[in-house]
Amino acid sequence: MKKRVLPRALLLLSGGLLLLSITRMLSGANDLTSTGTMSAAFGLAVPIGLAGLGGLWSERAGVANIGLEGMMILGTFGAGWAGWQYGAWVGLVTAVIFGALGGLLFGVATVTFGVDQIVAGTAINILGLGLTQFLAKLLFTTAPGGGATQSPLIFGELPTFTVNAIASPLTKIQKQNWFLISDISGLISGLFYQLSILTVLAVALFGFTKWVLWNTAFGLRLRSAGENPWAAESLGVRVNLYKYLAVTISGALAGLAGAYLAIVATGVYRGGQTAGRGFIGLATMIFGNWRPGGTAVGAAIFGYIDTLQLRDDANIRGLVLFGTLLLVVIAVLLLKSGRRNSGLAFMIFGIVMGSAFLSANSFPPEVAQVAPYLTTLIVLATAAQRLRPPSADGIPYRKGETH
Amino acid sequence: MDYLKRLGNSLLAPLLALGLALAVTSIILVAFGSDVVMVFQQMWGYGSQASSIALILNLATTYYLSAVAVAIGFKMNLFNIGVNGQYLLGGMAAAAVAGHLSLPSYLAIPITIFVAIVVAGAWAGIAGWLKVSRGVSEVISTIMLNFIALGVISYTIIRTHVGEDISVNVRGTRTIPKSGWMPGFKLANSDTEVYGFIFVALLVGIGYWFVLNRTRFGYDLRASGMSPSAALASGVDSKKMIAVTMLISGGIAGLVALPDLLGSSHTYTLNFPTGFGFTGIAIALIGRNNPLGIAFGALLWAFLDVSSQQLDLVGVPQEIVTILQGVTVLAVVIAYEIVRRNKVKAQQRDVGLALANQEVGA
Repeated sequence: MKKRVLPRALLLLSGGLLLLSITRMLSGANDLTSTGTMSAAFGLAVPIGLAGLGGLWSERAGVANIGLEGMMILGTFGAGWAGWQYGAWVGLVTAVIFGALGGLLFGVATVTFGVDQIVAGTAINILGLGLTQFLAKLLFTTAPGGGATQSPLIFGELPTFTVNAIASPLTKIQKQNWFLISDISGLISGLFYQLSILTVLAVALFGFTKWVLWNTAFGLRLRSAGENPWAAESLGVRVNLYKYLAVTISGALAGLAGAYLAIVATGVYRGGQTAGRGFIGLATMIFGNWRPGGTAVGAAIFGYIDTLQLRDDANIRGLVLFGTLLLVVIAVLLLKSGRRNSGLAFMIFGIVMGSAFLSANSFPPEVAQVAPYLTTLIVLATAAQRLRPPSADGIPYRKGETH
Repeated sequence: MDYLKRLGNSLLAPLLALGLALAVTSIILVAFGSDVVMVFQQMWGYGSQASSIALILNLATTYYLSAVAVAIGFKMNLFNIGVNGQYLLGGMAAAAVAGHLSLPSYLAIPITIFVAIVVAGAWAGIAGWLKVSRGVSEVISTIMLNFIALGVISYTIIRTHVGEDISVNVRGTRTIPKSGWMPGFKLANSDTEVYGFIFVALLVGIGYWFVLNRTRFGYDLRASGMSPSAALASGVDSKKMIAVTMLISGGIAGLVALPDLLGSSHTYTLNFPTGFGFTGIAIALIGRNNPLGIAFGALLWAFLDVSSQQLDLVGVPQEIVTILQGVTVLAVVIAYEIVRRNKVKAQQRDVGLALANQEVGA
């Protein structure tokens, strides 16, 4: 089980890229895999992925966290305020601290007091929103360049790199629109084009999480708190301590996601900036079966589809064709493995989508707007039985009580 | 006497929580150099004016419906986070249909309400179906459905004939003809109308109480929430319960858009107020899913929201009230949990004492 996850993620990625390339050739939407699209997709995937990773830490220790959105909002505010006062780097650190404080408060409610976790998460979301709106109005309204819902510009920038040795030749290849080769070039050059240091950090954090949670004794104990806290406690694991650590780290990661939005994506704190990304991060984590590799793939897909609606209209038509091909491929795979009903359902979806592609010359941006959420729903509907959340996820634990 | 004691016990937790929330907010206000007494005086002064009371009642009507929709799910541990999407979609559909109805009021209004209930209920039904047949957690599916509903709505309003140009740069459903409006009434000394829909909300509250406490369905619902295994053992079909509860919760969610739609805006535009679904979660929590408790919570919430509008004028950000609300929710659930633990402890002690006495007696 342990060895299969990363190759499977890679398999998904290469299969997706192949399908995308076929789509691009068929629909002529060359922007689908251009350097610009890929670079923008990475940018949008980072905050979602970090939020998802935050959710993963918390849920692996058995605390369901729908308060990620609120912690992320705290992060955007921390970055905006401290970034304006002391510069981008201090803003980054402050965002992480603010997010972690949100996580800590969440821990007090859920771990110490054993309050229902969904309920506590909702309260954190309200609190995060109210606190930041209040402080923003108080601190930014009279500041030059600021407003009631927006901070002044964060001064200083976090470094970004464009590795020209890699990016420019590959961009040239990408512009040739060759089958598959151009797409792979677009993907790789997109990765090395205007790469933010925070993106590098995010990727490293995914690897680090994988290592800590699955390859160290610390990680084993933390996960045991999410699988069977009663047994873990009996073996001497301080379950509540691990849960506290997990939700605090979870909040810190959500804060970091907020910092990315404020510092890298826009350069200011703005009310409503998170736009539900905390919830989307949670969805990517479930999509990714509570594992770092899967969460990263989920975030990449969300980021990619998000990008398409911001760019060329032709992309959305391409996306519809891509969806058609994907559904047909899944249908064939399902039929081959003997799951007739699911296979037929996917085939019908595929045919409907295919005829939509053939009959319309352009599609409204709303198609791309709902696509990630629809995808998540379909994935959950077909794979929910095979997803495996931590066994004690969402269940309040009290020391000394039996299950 | 016993009844009074029980009432006192159930009020203790929310009052403690509210007190704590007031204390926290006061500290924040003082920390930022505001005069706490002045702030609360301003809020009370503005909130107790007749025109403000009408606004409070209107807002509370909306909040109440949303909270009841959430509470029905809560009663059997179903989290309908999707009330927001359900009422927006149901509201849009109802507005679109109502705009084209030229019928007398006694037909037009029931039809509008019916459409809102059916569409919102069906939207919630998707989550119910996914949970029952595919095992998908309703928490996630309803969050996803919220986002999808927004996409569907903006597509329908912007790109189909359902949407029309209401004024410059505003697209919405066709304005409902006057016969489809719900008449309101005025409080003494006030020009602001109270929505007639407040009576529908009242009926919903009574219906909620009746179904929950006086019917087989309500009994099964509460049993499923308190102990799924016991409910199963007594022959409750848990899948059917989940599906039906989601449908009802969604149906009531459909009503959330109507006080505003039938009482004042008369058209559904893309600026239709959103977020009531999340307010409903908070109010259901502080009202402990009890029809009267929810009413109290909805009035409190509406009072805070309306009276805080005064604060910006005296230089205090009105969002201080959102902080107050957030702390209240967190403190309330913690307080309930502490009370519950103490009760369990007291019960255990009583049982222990009774057993000990028995042994002595024997």
